[in-house]
Amino acid sequence: MGSNLSVNYTEVIAMILFVTGFANLLLQKNLIKKIIGFNIMDSSIYLFLAVKGYITGRTVPIVVDNVTSVEAYINPIPAGLVLTGIVVSVSVSALMLSLTIRLYRRYQTLNLDEISTRLKREGM
Amino acid sequence: MDMVRNIPFFSIMLAMFSGPVCSVLPGKAARVVNAAVITFIMGMSAVLVCILNISGESFVYMMGHFPAPWGNEIRAGVLEAWMAMFFCVVMLLSVLGGIKKLFDEVVESKHNLYYVLVGLMLSSLLALVYTNDLFTAYVFVEINTISACGLIMIRENGRTIEAAVRYMVMSLIGSAMILLGICMLYDITGHLLMSNIKESVAAMTAGGNYPEPLLFTIALMSVGLAIKCALFPFHAWLPDAYGYSTVSSAAILSSLVSKGYIFLLIKIIYRVIGFEIYGDSGVIDVLFFFGLAGMIFGSVSAIRENDIRRMIAYSSVAQIGYIFMGIGMGTEFGMVASIFHMLSHASTKSLLFISAIGLTDVSDGSRRFEPLTGSAYRNKTAGLAFAVGSLSMVGVPLFSGFISKLLFAEAAVSLRYRMIPVLVVLGISTILNAIYFMKTVIRIYTPVENDSYPHVYLKDVPLYSVVLVAFVTLNVILGVLSDPIVELIRKGLAMFS
Repeated sequence: MGSNLSVNYTEVIAMILFVTGFANLLLQKNLIKKIIGFNIMDSSIYLFLAVKGYITGRTVPIVVDNVTSVEAYINPIPAGLVLTGIVVSVSVSALMLSLTIRLYRRYQTLNLDEISTRLKREGM
Repeated sequence: MDMVRNIPFFSIMLAMFSGPVCSVLPGKAARVVNAAVITFIMGMSAVLVCILNISGESFVYMMGHFPAPWGNEIRAGVLEAWMAMFFCVVMLLSVLGGIKKLFDEVVESKHNLYYVLVGLMLSSLLALVYTNDLFTAYVFVEINTISACGLIMIRENGRTIEAAVRYMVMSLIGSAMILLGICMLYDITGHLLMSNIKESVAAMTAGGNYPEPLLFTIALMSVGLAIKCALFPFHAWLPDAYGYSTVSSAAILSSLVSKGYIFLLIKIIYRVIGFEIYGDSGVIDVLFFFGLAGMIFGSVSAIRENDIRRMIAYSSVAQIGYIFMGIGMGTEFGMVASIFHMLSHASTKSLLFISAIGLTDVSDGSRRFEPLTGSAYRNKTAGLAFAVGSLSMVGVPLFSGFISKLLFAEAAVSLRYRMIPVLVVLGISTILNAIYFMKTVIRIYTPVENDSYPHVYLKDVPLYSVVLVAFVTLNVILGVLSDPIVELIRKGLAMFS
């Protein structure tokens, strides 16, 4: 168990980052910090995927010098998945930031709980 | 016959491209284009249901030029086609029923943008229903989330933006968990296509390899999807999002968005993990427990609510609980009951939201119960429709809610340890449902003296009345002609494996 953790230390780091981002997204009151938490969380998944897709000693899957053996190359699919995931998380971050701007213009604060209490007080 | 195989792909693409087209059209034209596209997809899906029902076989449609383990695939069986058709029906009726409200609540320059979001939403729902590839499913889950967020905040006030932020936070947590689950599953199986993953998972379980990663993966994907469809205790965002958005959005969100995720979960159970392996993992017990808890606590919150829209929203929490309880039973009967309840809840909840708006409109726009007294006399169609929806939710025969409760009870009888909790909670939940829905129905049918509110008649709002009548008909059809529909669900589930 312990030896597995030290060999696969990158995966461990990815998981620690995931939990960090998760907690920030869930528990921070500040909207910008929430968005940063979300980005840490998603990046940790991409780190995890990228690490899983890499095999030490092999090279990019582009055929040069007529080496066609499967043993020579790494799996290209995780890289493709990471790219797709980055596109998704960029668009979601943009959406979250635009929502934050809307809220800030209306209430002059980034604290989500304060906004909620003010909304309740307004009673609408 | 081969032409028919293009229908799933064509429906998804048509819905998706109707979005950009709507964005450059004026509001009225966008509305016509949107309604025409949804109707067309509905017709195509109906044809697909008939053909697949006769042939009794599902088919796989290859996307691009690469065959099975590498390429992307769409798969259609009779249940998928039925769901696509049903989603289109409810979507069309929800959009048409809320058009008048949309005019009042949204600035005019944004009317066409609403139909962009509806088109995107429909295409992502159809893709979730049809896709055979897990990563594609994740991408469309995110598209679904983004368009749902847009639907919530198109009526722009502080409340809806705050609701949208809270919705996004919970949804992002859910989708990150789904993504991590999919990545881990890809790592241990080496596949992204559902059928290939299922083979590898079966071989892995037989060989006793990777039991912990598999369990962790199942847990991540199930909990992620449960968060996204607001299973108790993850429902904190729901009342605001459903209660303050414009009425079409509330109807679409409550009746379709959560159903798309649940359908994806059912596909994961049957087509990715395998029904037996999923049933043996402890995750199913967790879903069962929180389903039961949701049935009680959702109803209790609804009883305490003094706002008709939020009351209906809390009722959704209870109904999602029913569906997860059925999934958590771990039998095919339970699954059939759950899928039938998805249909029943989708048709009833949108009916309730849209009829409630007719009642509040004749009460100075107030959503509190006090001014709503006697509103059923001021708007007779909406009052009648709300009463029908309430009776269906409580489970009165003739309406769809009765059949789903009957199916849940039948499914419970065949269980061993779970029979007593299911039957007891089902009974308690029905009584709680009756308390808050009947309270509201009695309230709106209590005559008031010196009635100074405006009266609305059938001829004043023809489209709205037609939509309500269509919803009521849909409900009665589900309630009266349930046997062929249940048979179709069984057939579709058999095609899954």
